[in-house]
Amino acid sequence: MLVYILKRLLYVTPVVIGVSIICFLLVHIAPGDPLSAILPADATQELVEQMRAAYGFDRPLPVQYALWFWKVVHGDLGTSIATGRSVATEVMRAVSNTLILATVATVIGFTFGAFFGFVAGYFRDRWLDKVASLISVLGVSVPHYWLGMVLVIIFSANLNWLPPTGAGPDGSVAWRPDLEHLRYIILPAITMSVIPMGVISRTVRALVADILGQEFVQGLRAKGLREFGVFRHVVTNAAPTALAVMGLQLGYLLGGSILIETVFSWPGSGFLLNAAIFQRDLPLLQGTILVLALFFVALNLAVDVVQTAVDPRIKRT
Amino acid sequence: MAVTIDLSRDAPIAPPPYPPTGAEEGRAARGYWAGVGRRVVRDPVALAAALVIIVIVFAAILAPWLGLADPYRGSMLRRLRPIADAVYRLGSDELGRDMLSRLVYGGRLSLLMGVLPVVFAFSAGSAIGIVAGFVGGWVNTAIMRTVDVFYAFPSVLLAIALSGALGAGIFNAIVSLTIVFTPPIARVAESVTTQIRTRDYVEAARVSGAGPLAIIRVHVLGNVLGPIFVYATSLISVSLILASGLSFLGLGSKPPEPEWGLMLNTLRTAIYVQPLVAALPGAMIFITSIAFNLLSDGLRSAMEVR
Amino acid sequence: MEALGERAHAAQSSPSPLVGEGRGGGSGSCGTAVPPLPTPTPDPSPQGGGEKRGPAQPLLSVRSLVKHFGGRRSFSGRSIRGAVHAVDGVSFDVAKGQTLGIVGESGCGKSTLARLIMQIIPADAGEFLFDGEVVGTHALDLVAYRREVQMVFQDSYASLNPRLTVEETVAFAPRVHGLSRRAAIARAHDLIFRVGLDPKRFAARYPHELSGGQRQRVNIARALALQPRLVILDEAVSALDKSVEAQVLNLLIDLKSEFGLTYVFISHDLNVVRFMSDRVLVMYLGKVVELGPSEVLLGAPRHPYTMALLASMPSMDPDRRTTEAPLFGDPPSPIDPPSGCRFHTRCKFAAPVCAATEPVLAEIGPAHRAACFLAMPGSGHPQAGPIA
Repeated sequence: MLVYILKRLLYVTPVVIGVSIICFLLVHIAPGDPLSAILPADATQELVEQMRAAYGFDRPLPVQYALWFWKVVHGDLGTSIATGRSVATEVMRAVSNTLILATVATVIGFTFGAFFGFVAGYFRDRWLDKVASLISVLGVSVPHYWLGMVLVIIFSANLNWLPPTGAGPDGSVAWRPDLEHLRYIILPAITMSVIPMGVISRTVRALVADILGQEFVQGLRAKGLREFGVFRHVVTNAAPTALAVMGLQLGYLLGGSILIETVFSWPGSGFLLNAAIFQRDLPLLQGTILVLALFFVALNLAVDVVQTAVDPRIKRT
Repeated sequence: MAVTIDLSRDAPIAPPPYPPTGAEEGRAARGYWAGVGRRVVRDPVALAAALVIIVIVFAAILAPWLGLADPYRGSMLRRLRPIADAVYRLGSDELGRDMLSRLVYGGRLSLLMGVLPVVFAFSAGSAIGIVAGFVGGWVNTAIMRTVDVFYAFPSVLLAIALSGALGAGIFNAIVSLTIVFTPPIARVAESVTTQIRTRDYVEAARVSGAGPLAIIRVHVLGNVLGPIFVYATSLISVSLILASGLSFLGLGSKPPEPEWGLMLNTLRTAIYVQPLVAALPGAMIFITSIAFNLLSDGLRSAMEVR
Repeated sequence: MEALGERAHAAQSSPSPLVGEGRGGGSGSCGTAVPPLPTPTPDPSPQGGGEKRGPAQPLLSVRSLVKHFGGRRSFSGRSIRGAVHAVDGVSFDVAKGQTLGIVGESGCGKSTLARLIMQIIPADAGEFLFDGEVVGTHALDLVAYRREVQMVFQDSYASLNPRLTVEETVAFAPRVHGLSRRAAIARAHDLIFRVGLDPKRFAARYPHELSGGQRQRVNIARALALQPRLVILDEAVSALDKSVEAQVLNLLIDLKSEFGLTYVFISHDLNVVRFMSDRVLVMYLGKVVELGPSEVLLGAPRHPYTMALLASMPSMDPDRRTTEAPLFGDPPSPIDPPSGCRFHTRCKFAAPVCAATEPVLAEIGPAHRAACFLAMPGSGHPQAGPIA
């Protein structure tokens, strides 16, 4: 098992390097001079040259990349142009907020998704299946930013039960798990959970239908096992793949949270990304994308390893 | 004489008059896609979805000839009118422009930004994946690992990162979405091609002395493009939502163009005044996306039946 | 040739129902000439026989063929450990117009051998001679060789492209070699007819609209499309129902005399091999253990493995029951074959010499060879006779 983990780590290393190259290059495919965001338009040529040397833009690209990579490996992601603070601290704070939101959303999505999926799989092709499948298709097809707006319209503007934006009272920048902050997470989490719910529901339905059609289930019933016992067998067979999908969905939510965080002004990494783009804050943009991508890669790796550990059919060499 | 058993299904019959008359008699050469099409038409859900899409697409194409109001002309006096207003059938937006007209015209841009990237990604991804799958070996490894690097980004993040870097605009949005969708299609293409490459009939074709191009054209393409195409159609709804999402963030189309995502953005502040009107563009995205998903599901079930 | 034809018909009284009549127009022409392939060498005449080197020259000669799969090089790079010894030094000849049957259990290397002969996979060592010419040289390059040798696969469904109609499948190879579409389709229709299917009904069908036996006939038609001289049949009838199998076997025999073909017939079913073959080659773990005329080999085998195989065939006669298993143990892994004679771990007659040295394939009778110390007089085996 340990050998497998090491092999996977080795396999993932070139991917990580590739990811870092892309993150680095993103800044350089942007049209316009990167310096134009930092300096006013009427800066003197001398100042421009000074800043260029200071940021290292005058070196050849591969050298810039090597320097940047060296700094990243030591945890230095640069300084935000807009706020002047360290990118690393900003990103980590924001990512923790998003992590909380994404985790809650994934749990909600997985619970409902698994439920609908089981119902659909067990009652295959009957009306319950059609209803549950319809709900899954709706979940997968909904533009989640629009759904957020609709929920805000219903629950904030009309009913005034829940706050429309923010992570806490008085625009607090971090979310704490206490009663005051609870109201703030409900709408964003529900909105975020819809797509994972749809995906997991469809996956579970396919899994359950497939397992129930296998001969060993007939064998179990023939030997007299009660339905609940059969159900437990189905669950243990479906669990590895379902959990793997859940893990991947968590990754997608982490990386793709920008739309919902914009709607709800949730102070997470997506919101930070939005700000970085519009302020042309390139170090912040670079750092945020890198961290999010690496999180995603790590999550994929973890899902892979857990699945291999749990599923006895996969060879461990 | 030994007892002969007549197994007429396999028994040869009296020789036909020569030269052979070709394939006119006997069942007509049923194309594979004709069979698929027939099965889709018989599926009520998929059929309804297809009709919805056809209506939306035709409305978008024929918009200038449908007798609609000018989607760009606003009126400061008649802003944010509700649905079923005397003048505006579906209300008016924050600049007094007719919502019905803007929704229909908006379909043009939204559909374009949603469908074109998938079309381009299908071409590029299939080419890459089929080559990688057919050639195999280290070429395959090199290509697929490069693809894996892009796969390491969640799609939304990659789309926004690329759009953010390239700048706003419809063209840039289409470019970045194409880049986002090419890796998954390439992966599917490579996987399917690798499976087909090891089939006996491909070996038999190799054994008859055919060159790789002939084998790909005759034996591989026909069997491989079908599954890739179905996968690509399932990506259209995602692309639609992402493209509109980019516009929603201000990274796609720019005002005053009518486009569903952009309209959602500009109408956000209006949710307290005219919530129903503000929600309309998103509803359009929702409906179109559902329709594409249902159609794609229907296609997949139609293709699974052998 | 005539003697073989007689033998085939005589064997028809064995327990297989068949539809012999109804082959109607059967052999040869029905009038219109089918356009030939544009070839530099003249078409072989339907009577077969040797063009280049005369009828005595074996059509196919295989010498010391070796194929190992996988394995890792040792640290010094000198030896490969853990390789699967699929084919390990196989040599035999196939005479023109003959059928050579190859038998063996799963994993003995017969399918690998078929693919080596077809040059689908490259051999690690060894030589092929087709009609006296070395394959791969200027006199007989790979493309020309491919025209002469074709193969029929086991899985009738997987060997047909589900997107092509029957006529398109059969016409593909001629088209690749330059025939026009009309001519290729005409040739395809002719072949479809000759394998016993009505072109009017079957030419435009898709594989999923055919039964197993019909599909295999299409596979045979496809194999014949380039007018090969040697056809390799790799378990071609193993997946068919018994009644259909009988029809296809009779079809193969008829086609052989009609087109002057030579067959290499690979199977695990000894009854079928007895029916079809003139000579039989028995393989075990990548090596040839016995080779000889089919009546001699199957009637009075000399190698213990062949004896065991024959003893394992259940008999319809209740008086001839098998009370003890003719073979014990599992076949050893081809990754690490036993030392000396590879069969000695399961052989009833094993002696110390068998584990020590590997027996060579030696003549033990007229055109009959075996690789066994028991069969070789003076070999050191206690039960072998002295040198006469």
